[in-house]
Amino acid sequence: MEMMSGAAMVVRALKDVGVKHVFGYPGGAVLDIYDALYAQEDVQHVLVRHEQAAAHMADGYARATGQTGTVLVTSGPGATNTLTGIATAYMDSIPMVILSGQVPSVHIGEDAFQETDMVGCSRPIVKHSFLVKRAIDIPDAIAKAYYIANTGRPGPVVVDLPKDIVNIQESHPYQFPDKVQMRSYNPTIKGHMGQIKKALKALLDAKRPVLYVGGGAIACDASSLVTELAEKLHLPVTNTLMGLGAFPGDHQQCIGMLGMHGTLEANKTMHNADCILALGARFDDRVTNNVDKFCPHATIIHVDIDPASISKTVNAHIPVVGSVKSVLTQFFEQMHEINDTERKEQLADWWEQIASWRTRKCLNYASSNELIKPQQVIESLYRHTQGDAYVSSDVGQHQMFAALYYPFAKPRRWINSGGLGTMGFGLPAAMGVQFAHPDAVVCCVTGDGSIQMNIQELSTCMQYGLPVKIISLNNRALGMVRQWQDMIYKGRHSHSYMDSLPDFVKLAEAYGHVGIKVDKPEELEDAMARCFALKDKLVFMDIAVDQNEHVYPMQIKYGAMDDMRLSKTERT
Amino acid sequence: MRRIISVLMENEPGALSRIIGLFSQRGYNVDSLCVAPIEDSSLSRLTITTAGDDKVIEQITKQVNKLIDVLKISDLTDGSHVERELMLIKVATRSDAVRDEVKRTVDIFRGQVVDITPRNYTIEITGTSDKLDAFIQTMSQTAEIVELSRTGVCGLARGEKAMRQ
Ligand SMILES: Cc1ncc(C[n+]2csc(CCOP(=O)(O)OP(=O)(O)O)c2C)c(N)n1
Ligand SMILES: [Mg+2]
Repeated sequence: MEMMSGAAMVVRALKDVGVKHVFGYPGGAVLDIYDALYAQEDVQHVLVRHEQAAAHMADGYARATGQTGTVLVTSGPGATNTLTGIATAYMDSIPMVILSGQVPSVHIGEDAFQETDMVGCSRPIVKHSFLVKRAIDIPDAIAKAYYIANTGRPGPVVVDLPKDIVNIQESHPYQFPDKVQMRSYNPTIKGHMGQIKKALKALLDAKRPVLYVGGGAIACDASSLVTELAEKLHLPVTNTLMGLGAFPGDHQQCIGMLGMHGTLEANKTMHNADCILALGARFDDRVTNNVDKFCPHATIIHVDIDPASISKTVNAHIPVVGSVKSVLTQFFEQMHEINDTERKEQLADWWEQIASWRTRKCLNYASSNELIKPQQVIESLYRHTQGDAYVSSDVGQHQMFAALYYPFAKPRRWINSGGLGTMGFGLPAAMGVQFAHPDAVVCCVTGDGSIQMNIQELSTCMQYGLPVKIISLNNRALGMVRQWQDMIYKGRHSHSYMDSLPDFVKLAEAYGHVGIKVDKPEELEDAMARCFALKDKLVFMDIAVDQNEHVYPMQIKYGAMDDMRLSKTERT
Repeated sequence: MRRIISVLMENEPGALSRIIGLFSQRGYNVDSLCVAPIEDSSLSRLTITTAGDDKVIEQITKQVNKLIDVLKISDLTDGSHVERELMLIKVATRSDAVRDEVKRTVDIFRGQVVDITPRNYTIEITGTSDKLDAFIQTMSQTAEIVELSRTGVCGLARGEKAMRQ
């Protein structure tokens, strides 16, 4: 058996798992591991400027590829700085492994320098965690961590490593497990046949069916199956914020995003449906609005890999536990030949009804000669990237505009913090995507508030030459907060303005990048073209947009799904 | 409604805190908790009494089951079961009359006096939680209760049904 130090084992185990990139930041407790990282080429370490960003980078990397993202940080503040990133990944079921240094075993519990109980601090926001006690257990713990993170419902896993066990002066036998097996962890992947038959019957009998597709369909790479099912059965499809791209946004059967800022047609279709097939979606409160008024006519079929997600908020009539991919495969095995003409006829009235909702064109907005409209920026971005970019976003109005006005045709292209809504996510997440896909066009749609929450990473971008395109919708305000204040708090803009914003162009230049300022509508197209012509450069587009624009449609609180405001003056 | 939930889990450091953490994080009650290793000491069995409607209990079972350390979970109150709780209770015995009355009560409840000093008796008593409540109630009318400690409920399903690895 090969002999090596605990620190060498960490690096070796990462290599054996197949890790290519580690996002991290050094400190006392992990100096041995950093020493082991030195002068080796199997694992590339990316030095960030703040540990929160390391977690978001690993997260963006994982969302874009489906592979587990990896973070390495020191004990104490290094570890606690990752918590927001871990929570973000947890809420969106993103596979991630966080290796955190810990004080030497003998000092645990003594309030030693830079000691925090990382396993304790992260407990409610991880899928699982390990505090490794002996060097020889390192390979096993790391193998298990990656296995847990990226099987079943994915999620973040913390591996806490006390300094003494990674000591480079000591040597231990290294053995990486051939196969990970855990008696207490066996996620259900295949659906129950009886349930599948019931579900299929309900779906085929329905007169007003709808597919409601969430991030779970992307997590198990089931997008092509979703499309196949929708096309075969002529089903209307709505994607959640996390599910954008699971079904092509430019497909004629796509009725857009649903929920709080969903389209009129998506929310109407849901509300009036007689059968909802939920695929890897979790009936989150940002979708359902008032659960007591939620979709009163529908038989609900809920397919999810996590049994705890089923009937948590909305009762499922036909629960199916399993991965969307396996369950849809089983669906096809059970499905008889479909007569296309009959099928179309069966749903003709329903599609007619949907067409009438579509005529409202709920995403139309009034353009202006003086002010750039945020929607217009996203439409321009769509054109200049041929609808095929990786787009990360931060949190706020700009996020909703991006979600609504950039119809993602492919899965894993839309990278956003849906569950936790973490401002500061966008830039580092985009960087993670760019590391995974060095040649792809990667954009970060952000706002003047959010971008400042991890702006230090512009320095990391310089170091690694990441040509991320930052599209900042600068409305000089915490726009989404301001919108709520306009709507609910009589326009009392309590602390929602951004006083003394920096000159973002100069700031970008200070970090060695290109900055472009855009104020006027007529400058927008040229500026976008310039931005995307600079292929190898990070470009920071500081675009002054109309400060008074609101995101519509918007559900009305306590109402049903389809109780919505359509503009400042109109409602359903 | 009161429920007794039985959990078979890895006997690992941190496993218990995950379960307890989950209860507080998701706002579930823990009325009592009883935990110890089983014959295979790599496993622990934990019994929680909690309260909630069917929907809450369903969520509790699913969420606990989702924890990586948990092998099995079952709601004992779903079927017929045996449940017991053990209590040690120390009462002041200031006079012969009190001593006699205490002894009589202990006999009626099938308890046992396990320690005696000139000033007090320590009694061991086992039964359902209701029985222990009744004992405390009765005893408090006879003697001053100095202190008591209860284990919390533990239980098993009746008959063939068993929760094994
Ligand atoms: C870390 C964090 N803090 C606070 C919030 C609450 N919040 C949601 S949107 C928003 C405003 C975002 O402003 P900006 O980034 O400029 O985007 P805009 O809405 O103006 O497009 C705030 C403060 C949050 N989501 N995340
Ligand atoms: Mg803003």
